[in-house]
Amino acid sequence: MIEGVAIYVLWLREMKRFVRAKSRVVGTIGMPIFFLAFLGLGFNRVSFPGLPEGVSYIQFLVPGIMGMTILFSSTFAGISVLWDREFGFLKEIMVAPVSRVSIVLGRIAGGATTSMIQGIMILFISLPLGFHLPGGSEIFFALIFMGLISVIFISMGLIFASNMHDIHGFNLVMNFIVFPLFLLSGALFPVENFPVPVRILAYLDPLTYGVDGLRWGLLGISSHGPWIDVGVLLASSILMIALGAFFFERCEC
Amino acid sequence: MLVNERGTGTSVMGAIEVRGLTRRFGSLTAVDQISFTVEGGCIFGLLGPNGAGKTTTISMLTTLLAPTEGSATVAGHDILHEKDAVRRNIGVVFQEPALDTSLTGRENLDFHAMMYGLTREVRDARIHEVLDLVELTEKAEILVQQYSGGMKRRLEIARGLIQHPQVLFLDEPTLGLDAQTRRRIWDYVKQLNRSKGVTIILTTHYMEEADYLCDRIAIIDAGRIVAMDTPARLKDLLGGDVISLQLNEEGHTFATYLQTLPWVKNVTSMDAHITLTVEMGESRVPEIVKLGQNHGVDVVSVSLRKPSLEDVFLQFTGRTIRDQEGGVMDHRRAIVTRKARR
Repeated sequence: MIEGVAIYVLWLREMKRFVRAKSRVVGTIGMPIFFLAFLGLGFNRVSFPGLPEGVSYIQFLVPGIMGMTILFSSTFAGISVLWDREFGFLKEIMVAPVSRVSIVLGRIAGGATTSMIQGIMILFISLPLGFHLPGGSEIFFALIFMGLISVIFISMGLIFASNMHDIHGFNLVMNFIVFPLFLLSGALFPVENFPVPVRILAYLDPLTYGVDGLRWGLLGISSHGPWIDVGVLLASSILMIALGAFFFERCEC
Repeated sequence: MLVNERGTGTSVMGAIEVRGLTRRFGSLTAVDQISFTVEGGCIFGLLGPNGAGKTTTISMLTTLLAPTEGSATVAGHDILHEKDAVRRNIGVVFQEPALDTSLTGRENLDFHAMMYGLTREVRDARIHEVLDLVELTEKAEILVQQYSGGMKRRLEIARGLIQHPQVLFLDEPTLGLDAQTRRRIWDYVKQLNRSKGVTIILTTHYMEEADYLCDRIAIIDAGRIVAMDTPARLKDLLGGDVISLQLNEEGHTFATYLQTLPWVKNVTSMDAHITLTVEMGESRVPEIVKLGQNHGVDVVSVSLRKPSLEDVFLQFTGRTIRDQEGGVMDHRRAIVTRKARR
């Protein structure tokens, strides 16, 4: 049972918080901006092995950093259930007469919207650094990929939050789960450059397909082809939402 | 509305039926085999010190925590198997703050009301009503993070009332509020109960709150219900009135003598102060004064009062509520330390 109103309320709450918490926004997109600026400017004149013909490193990097931004902000959005629990607000949500699935979906809707806004902010910030914005229709496809990445990692954050008792595990997740997912995804260099064992890990990382899909949407280049990307991301999304809802329902808050 | 809901196949049941409810956390048994029934339209109080298991009980009845053993129905619905139906029929004011501090007061209320499926007109009317009640109308557009502790508490109470629930849970509703606001909340709770027939279950460790508000009280200590009845009958259990005597000198021997009299119950003494329970206390005062003179002690002053729930709690648990919280030193402990010094 899915209640539209409940999803809308949780989404609206997230929007209001997003608009009001400017320091949080600056905090989450600060690191991607540094990566973009320093790697983009520093490696711009290096001839990178494995890049497609005629694609400069900054062109290659921007979709990757957008993927990174969405990964970090989405995981944070999911795991921020821990803060709601810490500050008591989670009880207010849990005692409401709405299905747990609606609560999970509302959280995903809110987190996905704020994550995508941050991803788009990165896109605009990259323009003065030498990135060329392609035509309109491709941006639409990029948005779909951004949405799918968000859903997967918000759900992942929810799974972690549901299985953690306090906020101390947060850094552990960020350092040992989120950072490796980012580095494996081919956001900074082509996955094909990894040795085989690492490449296998990279192909198990949903973000690999997300970044590849973003590159297809924004640059028209892709290692796997967009349909494989969409297929893997869609399957991962469904699996992760199901797991997220399962663990969230089970946890006692 | 209440009758209709309960009329659907469960007509003999109370608004709340609890049978053998138990919750363990590891080796700690927080709630131990409690059972009680709350009739529809009642105000029922769970009275006990912090850590007695009141909040755990409320968490289970509001579907937030699964019981280890036992079962319960709230508004005719099972707390384990019909969680959604339970949630639709209850309102909860939690002991810990449960507000989103980055939203305004009005937004907190509005979001809550939307979750309960109220239309815009109803929401606006109810929000106006409850804000007025807790005197937060002027602060409604301010972010909750700028509220004081008391204001947050008042906002939460306002929120719990918006959906006009069949059963309202209040977990320490007036904790940390000033006397004036507390009184207003009490009166509103009473009025809500009378005019709308809302069943209210509240936890408190304030004796006067339980006494003033509740139709029935369960005294809960270390996870068990040790006594349950109306406040008046609980106090009658002590049998009579509490007389306090102030003597001109130490009165331990006199106290020991008083204990031997058949019409005297529960004598405690500390220094020149004696407290005893007797029936029809008014008529016994002259006799006690006379007996004092026979024993060579002068009674300096006498006070007579009806027993309070504090006395009842003392009787059933051997402690005062304050005692358990490590607060003010009570009579009993004072006596113990004096004896130890001798």
